Amino acid sequence: MEPISAGALDIIQPTYWPGNYWWHWLFYTVVVIVFMLVMVIGAIYFERRAMGKMQTRLGPNRTGPFGLLQPIADAVKVLLKENIVPGVADKIVHFLAPVIAFTPVLLIFTVIPFQNGAMLADLNIGILFIVAVSSIATVGVFMAGWGSGNKYSLLGAMRNVAAVVSYEIPMVLAILGVVMVTGSLSMNDIVNAQNIPNILVQPLGFLLFFTAACAEINRSPFDLMEADSELTAGFHTEYSGMRFAMFYLVEYAEAIAMSAVISTLFLSGWRGPWLPPWLWLIIKTFFVFFLMIWVRTIMPRVRIDQLMGLAWKFLFPLAVINLFATAIEVLAWPDASQWIFVGVNIVLAGALVFLGSRLFKTGLGRVEV
Amino acid sequence: MKFENFGLGIVKGLSVAIQYVWRHALVTQYPEQRLNISRRSRGNELVWSRERCTGCATCAKACPQGVIEIVTATDMTENKYKVETYRVDTGYCIQCGLCVEACPYDALFMGYSYERAKYRRAELVQTNDELLESPQRPVSGYFHPDIAKKLPKQTLLIEKIVEKRK
Repeated sequence: MEPISAGALDIIQPTYWPGNYWWHWLFYTVVVIVFMLVMVIGAIYFERRAMGKMQTRLGPNRTGPFGLLQPIADAVKVLLKENIVPGVADKIVHFLAPVIAFTPVLLIFTVIPFQNGAMLADLNIGILFIVAVSSIATVGVFMAGWGSGNKYSLLGAMRNVAAVVSYEIPMVLAILGVVMVTGSLSMNDIVNAQNIPNILVQPLGFLLFFTAACAEINRSPFDLMEADSELTAGFHTEYSGMRFAMFYLVEYAEAIAMSAVISTLFLSGWRGPWLPPWLWLIIKTFFVFFLMIWVRTIMPRVRIDQLMGLAWKFLFPLAVINLFATAIEVLAWPDASQWIFVGVNIVLAGALVFLGSRLFKTGLGRVEV
Repeated sequence: MKFENFGLGIVKGLSVAIQYVWRHALVTQYPEQRLNISRRSRGNELVWSRERCTGCATCAKACPQGVIEIVTATDMTENKYKVETYRVDTGYCIQCGLCVEACPYDALFMGYSYERAKYRRAELVQTNDELLESPQRPVSGYFHPDIAKKLPKQTLLIEKIVEKRK
């Protein structure tokens, strides 16, 4: 761990703030909300431009310089639109769903360090908090599906619940590998312990976590719950105006939050040479987000049975084996150089992906309904 | 053994996608950038030349739709017909070009421009001066190879059209 001067650390420790914790709380709440809104606007623009480039299009380039104001124009448009609630909708559930889907995403950012110790709350169970809180968004999505009184909404929401429940398991197992290597659940300690980025120490864990995160936040190719060719728009079919904007915001905010979590867990978070730490975190977040866009561009949407099969027959066994291998490495050779494990784990990841692909089959275990 | 089934397929797909980032986009920024249409394009709206027209009405007879209406009067001093009304209902015109082929005096051409949509049905009925050649209504090379030679070369999508910076 590189030594950090005491003076720099004092400023960002909450106890040294005037008014004790309250100013700290207020400052970081504002920072988190502003950061997330700006990042979402950037992410929407970035995704549309990057996907356009990969498809030999240009993407939005009309509104403002290089089309930079396009997300803002879209937001203004959608906010000015009429808010239609279906007659058969469960009004309270329909009303609360976007809020409940949106809040957990903000909560994820409370434990992501922008610098050494610079975060709203340095929980010693940071990553557990993220796993627990990020699942709440699913309740919001299911409320939207149920409250809309529409079969397509309900189907989309059911698919989302199925996906999240399944993919939570390989995701948590991949996180456990990281936690074993770094020896802490606190996000700040995880970053501090990464002298080698965890993507090298846990390459399989990164792949598993990335896939599971994509499925969890419904990025394509796992965007089954809003599969527009099958379910019109899935759970937000009956949403319009500002509440639709909330769901749209949630979609990208979740992607950004998961990118930030991945960059914190696997890409050594705010650590990096030359540039300020918060900039490194943003750069890494956008890099991971770019990976998501990249995968989205090339992959067709999977079927629901393929989605479930991938979670239970491919990711889950690999995650368990990865966890065991990491546990053996950590227990048997605690003093060995991490670089040895880098080599071993990359070979292991390659072999396991090969074996897993060889044994992976869908379509077995047919259920007659 | 083929490694495409073991994750290499995804890597190949990713590498193909990233190559396209550095290629130029195959789209035209339409109102600012326009593609030249083919020289051999037949064109749409008729372009009529008042000087060359003798009012023989061959075009009206050739028209399968009967959309050309021509009214002439005799000009006794110059001993020739004077065209009083030349009216084409382009709403019924099928752009077959038979009138252009039929004209014995090369007084009729197909138009080369392609943004000729109208807001009102009545605007489609064009009379006299509305049919003359103008910068907005150039003539096409249909049935006139000498004109076709002078038209700009067709631009293709693969030719580089840079993004317009605002």
